[in-house]
Formats: sequence, C-alpha cells, structure tokens
Amino acid sequence: MPVRTVAGRRAWQRTSARTSALAFTVGVALLGLVLWSWELIARQTIWIFVQDAPEQALNLFERMLPPRWAYAEALLRPLWDTLNIATIGTLAGVALAAPVALLAARTTTPHQSVRAFALVVIVASRSIHSLVWALVLVFLVGPGVFAGILAIALRSVGFIAKLLNEAIEETDPKPIEAIRSTGAGPGETIVYGIVPQVLPAFAGISVFRWDINIREATFLGLVGAGGIGLQLNASINSLRWADASVILVAIFAMVLVSEWVSARVRSAIT
Amino acid sequence: MTAATRAEGQRRWAPRPLIANRTARWLVRLLVLAYLAAVVATVDVNWVRVAEGIERSGRLLGQFLRPDFASRWSDSRIGILESVTMSLVATVAGVLIAIPVSLGAARNLAPLPLYLATRAYITLSRTFPEVIVAIVFVVMMGFGPFAGLLTLTFASVGFVAKLLAEDIEDIDDGQLEAMRATGATWWQVVAFAVVPQVMPRFVGLSVYRLDINFRESTILGIVGAGGVGATLTTAMSRYDFDSAGAILILVIAIVLVLEYLSGYVRSAVR
Repeated sequence: MPVRTVAGRRAWQRTSARTSALAFTVGVALLGLVLWSWELIARQTIWIFVQDAPEQALNLFERMLPPRWAYAEALLRPLWDTLNIATIGTLAGVALAAPVALLAARTTTPHQSVRAFALVVIVASRSIHSLVWALVLVFLVGPGVFAGILAIALRSVGFIAKLLNEAIEETDPKPIEAIRSTGAGPGETIVYGIVPQVLPAFAGISVFRWDINIREATFLGLVGAGGIGLQLNASINSLRWADASVILVAIFAMVLVSEWVSARVRSAIT
Repeated sequence: MTAATRAEGQRRWAPRPLIANRTARWLVRLLVLAYLAAVVATVDVNWVRVAEGIERSGRLLGQFLRPDFASRWSDSRIGILESVTMSLVATVAGVLIAIPVSLGAARNLAPLPLYLATRAYITLSRTFPEVIVAIVFVVMMGFGPFAGLLTLTFASVGFVAKLLAEDIEDIDDGQLEAMRATGATWWQVVAFAVVPQVMPRFVGLSVYRLDINFRESTILGIVGAGGVGATLTTAMSRYDFDSAGAILILVIAIVLVLEYLSGYVRSAVR
C-alpha cells in the first residue's frame, strides 16, 4: 500500500514513490525524443509552402466544388474492378492463409522448423504495406487488376493466418482427442476435429479482412494495380479536381457500405 | 446436430452446414457462382505477361534475398529516420488531440450536436486511406515530411478517439460514485476513478497506433509526403531490387521491434 507522510500525517497515494519516479523518467525521455523528432521534421520542411496552406486549401476546395457528377457514370467500371480486387484477393488470401496457419499453430505444426518458416511468412506479409506489394507485382505481372488481386492476396495472408493461428491454438483438445481415438488420420483429425471449431472464427476473420481490403483496393491504382485509384491518380495529375471530388465521394460511399455489410455478416455468423 | 443423408440405402453422418436454412444455402451458392462467372468475364489477365513475370520473380527474389545496404545507405538512413520521427510525433500529437475528441464522441458525456460533429470527423478520418489523405495534404503543404506528419495525425485522432470513446462509454459508474461519496472534486474523480479505468487501454491503443503509423509512413513517400517510401519507389523503378530488399528488411525489423515493444508495454501497464 503506497502511503507517504505528508505534513505529519499519513496520506494514501495512488502510486508508490518508485513507480512515480519511473513514470517521470519515462515521460521526460519520451518528451525529449518527441522534441528531437519534431526538430528533425521541421528542418526537412519548406515553411514558405506551409505558410500559404490556408490559401492553397481554399483554392483546392474552390476547384473541387461543385463535383462534376456527370463523371460518376464513368466510375462504375473502376468501382466494379475495385470490388473484384478486394473480393478475389481476399478469397485467394484465405486459400493461402489456411495452410500457413495450420503450419504455424503449435498444436498442428509438423515440425518446429516448419513453424518458424510459417511465422516468417506471416511477419513478412503483414509488415510490408499493400502498396509496396502492388509495386512489386506491377513489375512482375504488368499493370492491371490482376496485379492488384495478387497484392491484396499476399498482404492478407499474414493477417488472416495470424488470427487463424491463434484460433487454432485455442481449440478445445477434447473433441480432437476423441476423433483421434476413433482411429482417424491427421487429415481427418483436422477436417472433423479442428475445422468445425475454428470455422466461425475463420469466416469472421475473412469477412473482416474483406472490409479492410475494400479500403486498400481503392488506392492500389496509384501505382497502376487497377481499381478506382487509377482514375484518382489520372484526375489529380491532370488537375481535374471536380472529377477527383466525385471519386472521393465514391470511395467514401464504397468503404462505408463495405463496413456495414461486414459488420452485419459478422454479427450473423458469430 | 447430425444431418443424416441417404447413400446406397445406408444412413450416413454429415457435418452440420454453416448456413442452417437449405434454401438460403443454395441461394448463397448460386450467387457466389454468378459472381465468379461475372469476374471471369470482366477481369482480363495477360497470361503471356504473367508467364514472363513468373520467370522474373526468381531473379527478383534472388536480389531481395541478397540485400544491398551500402549503395543507397544515406538515402535509406534519412528515409527511415523520417518515417520513425514522423510516426512518433504523429502518434503523440494524435493521441493528445484524441483525448478531448473522445470525450465529445462518448454518448454518456457529450451533448448531441457535439457528439454528431465528432462522430462525423471520426467516420471521415477512418474511411479514407492514409495515402489519399496524404495527396490532399501534399497539395496544401508542399512536399516533405510535414504533410506526412499531418496525414498520420489526422488518421490517428480518428482511430484513437473512436476506440477510446467506446471505452469511456463502458466505464463503471460505481467507482465514480464511490469517489464522489468521499467528497472528491471533479478533477479528483477524473484522476482516481476515470483515468485508472481507461489508462491501460489508452496506453495499449497509443502503442498500437504507433505501430500502424510506422507501417503507413513507409509508403507515404510514394505521393511525396516524406519517409522511406520515396527511396523505396526510386529503388524499385530503377530495378535496384537489392537496395529495395535492404529497405524492406529494415522496415520488417522495425515493425518487429515495435510489435515486441507494444506487447511489453501493454503487459507492463495492465
């Protein structure tokens, strides 16, 4: 119980003297680090450009408004492409993630070295941003929707496999043992013992990732990997800001709808 | 539990289907098939180009796995430093701004107009991907890490405020009342009843957001908003995949350190 004597009386404190000292030291160190970081950023910044930011912002909004709604018709195909990149990419990611998760989970991995390899795959897939994946894949398979699908798939593998891996490790060992005791092989044990237990979590994770993927598919076009980002890039590069604002509205609507659908489906499954 | 199906006059056990209703199950299957057919009809893949890509991918992987840290070291060093400082300052600034915003977004504390305004902001900042927000900030503020800093701050405020607001809405009233019963002032109630309940989650969220901000900061350079993304894109567009590999390895290493740090901090605060 942290109690300190204040003015001759014993007073209760929320933290002990040692914890307060530690918190103070960490706080000061953090403050110093932030100030040093800010100094570094400030040195890299051209402040003359920042000074006229309000003017630039006003100018930008003047050019963006009113949105040229007639352009919306030309966006139907890019929106369809975006939806496909996210959906097919998620499906491919799910298909790849399921075996990776089985290899990575402590309870199902065939060997410790296989598990280490699967964990490296998960970390690499998760740490590299989808835009970087898209850059690499545009180089490999050429610009277009297919590069976007692959980028989303490779990026999703780590996310889905990580969560699925946790779900597999948390499965109840009793049904698995019961199935094994009937003489089932390793494949049958997975199909009848593990899959039914993790299926709801798996479906939930996939739908959640799909919703994130819709959001990510909207900007893959910036590096040429298909979807509505392509139109956004083109309209900004040619300074058609009234078109760009229509695209931004379309992206906003699409992400909101996908979030709503995903939430509805997830609450229906789990 | 068991759905029996008749096969060769024998009753056979089949696992329970995910969708219980038979009509709904077939409808879903039919819709999925129709969707896949539509995708195959509209997404054209240049298979010749893909075949070339598979050939190239071996060379690419070889170069990635023999990373060259030396030849672009000064650019990579500045880029990585910019990414780290940007994400650190943006996280601190974002979290500080998120505290009052989250109070406004908590339905049990805020009046309706304030609640709607803050929720609108949160939806806006969470819906648009960081890269797209960065494009707008680069137009307003000019190239450089300051635009990236503003982008990440903008996104962090929405993210932290939303999750923190949910936490404040779930707060336990009993402790508030207990503090009030001892005659505590408003500040004492906040310090001893609200903060201890929200603090562990708050710290966890901040470290988690730092992690996300760093991952995002690695690609903001693609649209000119500072960080290592500019170096990465240059390296890729000049086919210097060994340099690009070196940068990606640095990014993965930092993400791992951040993930470890966030796990450590979260368990220390709890």
